[in-house]
Amino acid sequence: MPMDADFLQMIDWSRAQFAMTAMYHWLFVPLTLGLGFLVAIMETIYYRTGDPFWRRTTRFWMRLFAVNFAIGVATGLILEFEFGTNWSNYSHFVGDIFGAPLAVEGIMAFFLEATFFAVMFFGWDRVSRRFHLASTWLVAIGASLSALWILVANAWMQYPVGMTFNPETARNEMTSFWEVLLSPVAINKFFHTVSSAYLLSAVFVIGVSAWFLLKGREERMARASIRIATIWGLVFALFTALTGDKSGAVIAEVQPMKLAAMEAHYEGGAKAPLVAFGVVKPEHLRQTPDDLFHFKVAIPGMLSAMSYRDVDAYVAGIDDLLYGNPQQGILSAAEKIERGKTAIETLAAFRAARKAGETMRADSLKALFNPDTEAGKSFLENYFAYFGYGYLSSPEQTVPNVPLLFYSFRIMVGWGMFLVLLMLIVWWQNRKGTLPRHRWLLWLMMLAVPITYVASQAGWVLAEVGRQPWVIQNLLPTSAAVSGIPSGSVVVTFFLFLLLFTGLLVAEVMILCKQIKIGPDKV
Amino acid sequence: MWQIAVRIYRFYRDGFRQMTVGRTLWLLVLLKLFILFAILRLFFFPDVLNRFPSEEERNDFVLEQLTTLPND
Repeated sequence: MPMDADFLQMIDWSRAQFAMTAMYHWLFVPLTLGLGFLVAIMETIYYRTGDPFWRRTTRFWMRLFAVNFAIGVATGLILEFEFGTNWSNYSHFVGDIFGAPLAVEGIMAFFLEATFFAVMFFGWDRVSRRFHLASTWLVAIGASLSALWILVANAWMQYPVGMTFNPETARNEMTSFWEVLLSPVAINKFFHTVSSAYLLSAVFVIGVSAWFLLKGREERMARASIRIATIWGLVFALFTALTGDKSGAVIAEVQPMKLAAMEAHYEGGAKAPLVAFGVVKPEHLRQTPDDLFHFKVAIPGMLSAMSYRDVDAYVAGIDDLLYGNPQQGILSAAEKIERGKTAIETLAAFRAARKAGETMRADSLKALFNPDTEAGKSFLENYFAYFGYGYLSSPEQTVPNVPLLFYSFRIMVGWGMFLVLLMLIVWWQNRKGTLPRHRWLLWLMMLAVPITYVASQAGWVLAEVGRQPWVIQNLLPTSAAVSGIPSGSVVVTFFLFLLLFTGLLVAEVMILCKQIKIGPDKV
Repeated sequence: MWQIAVRIYRFYRDGFRQMTVGRTLWLLVLLKLFILFAILRLFFFPDVLNRFPSEEERNDFVLEQLTTLPND
């Protein structure tokens, strides 16, 4: 693939387009995931008490859920569409691995949601209260099940396991569905992502409720909603922190460069400090290799403890991963590039032998991709494992954008920790009945909504930009995954999608705000 | 069985008829999907892999892409 200017532009615009469409999708998904459960909880209270207040409250939040759900569905479809149009090499390469979770998602989870969504929305007074309640719970569960399969697919990109590469079809073929589903990255990613989404929904509910209190409207509904949402939010704020911590430990094992980059950790060492906060110096301003920050607040040993549960553990720095560290058993990126090139050349030789009809040679080369033979096992572990490195021209290309990851991580974690405090304070003031008097707190609750969305997006920036230059960790860089379409096409579609999605977002926000202003059904 | 199907159909029909906000939303969604899949796709996205008639040709095309290093 010639790396001319048009090709480089095409990669960047394709990445930008996917990032933009994925971020737009993620504006709607977390609220669907969490608000579904909050609505189910409220309807359960209505079911148990028969109090029409709870029916009215449930229907109000369900209306907002429905608006968000509808737009969210449309934004998700475009991503699957893009895999085929802009990322055809990637789509073919991942083959069954991606296809299986997405197929399960489509067949099981989506139909569960879509079928029972109609009952939930159309079925008030038309089906039994029990069936209606069950439908509401099934929609909420279905949404999280959808998320599971998408996140399993994404986790495989971060940590490809449970597959073997077939050189004849140029596809990865799944050898163990359970290894893919239950990989440590998949498990942690699922629980961390959904719990952060549940937290966001809690912030949304308290933010909207705060608006009602500021306007002096629907005080009973607002306070009842806050009571439920703050408990829900507190539980999932803590669970998000716990799963985030676990995710960090997993990343230390399987994506050490991502960890090093998000910590701006250049020089590896034992008792590695965690920089709680700092301002990273641009490279050209650094006087010495250690001169990384304008200022920082660091906690000694904390990075080692969080990564390996051992304050004395060695945490590899960016420089270790770039230049190698034989004492720590770390190969240099240059060595990985050489091994990757060998793997690519072997694949090319197989293709050439097969085209020339040299059956014996083709078979012997094909055997190198067979994990059941000694030669194959050795080749796969020592060469094919670095396949993607063979496309890189310099070790420095293995380093993702350090400042972007550094700040994204701190925005996400810092705001997440603040939300624990906010939930506690709001819950307490609401319990005392003094919340409506504290207008500054009500404004903070409203402001928390957009900031939580930003923090939530920051988490995905960390996950996806942190994986660069890889689309599949170590196996396929982004540059090898794109379709060979003219960059002009991608530029045009980028701006068309931007216009379309922004229009949809504006429409949704306007419709949501209008529904909030209308408030619950009239009594 | 037929009666159940009719009841389900009426359930959805009446539900959609009673929608107010939902109708606007679904119109927006359908409009967007139409623009994406019927218009943009036709003009801007060539069928990169499906233009090959057989699976073998598709496999070989991808193999060629994967084994051509940058600046080759």
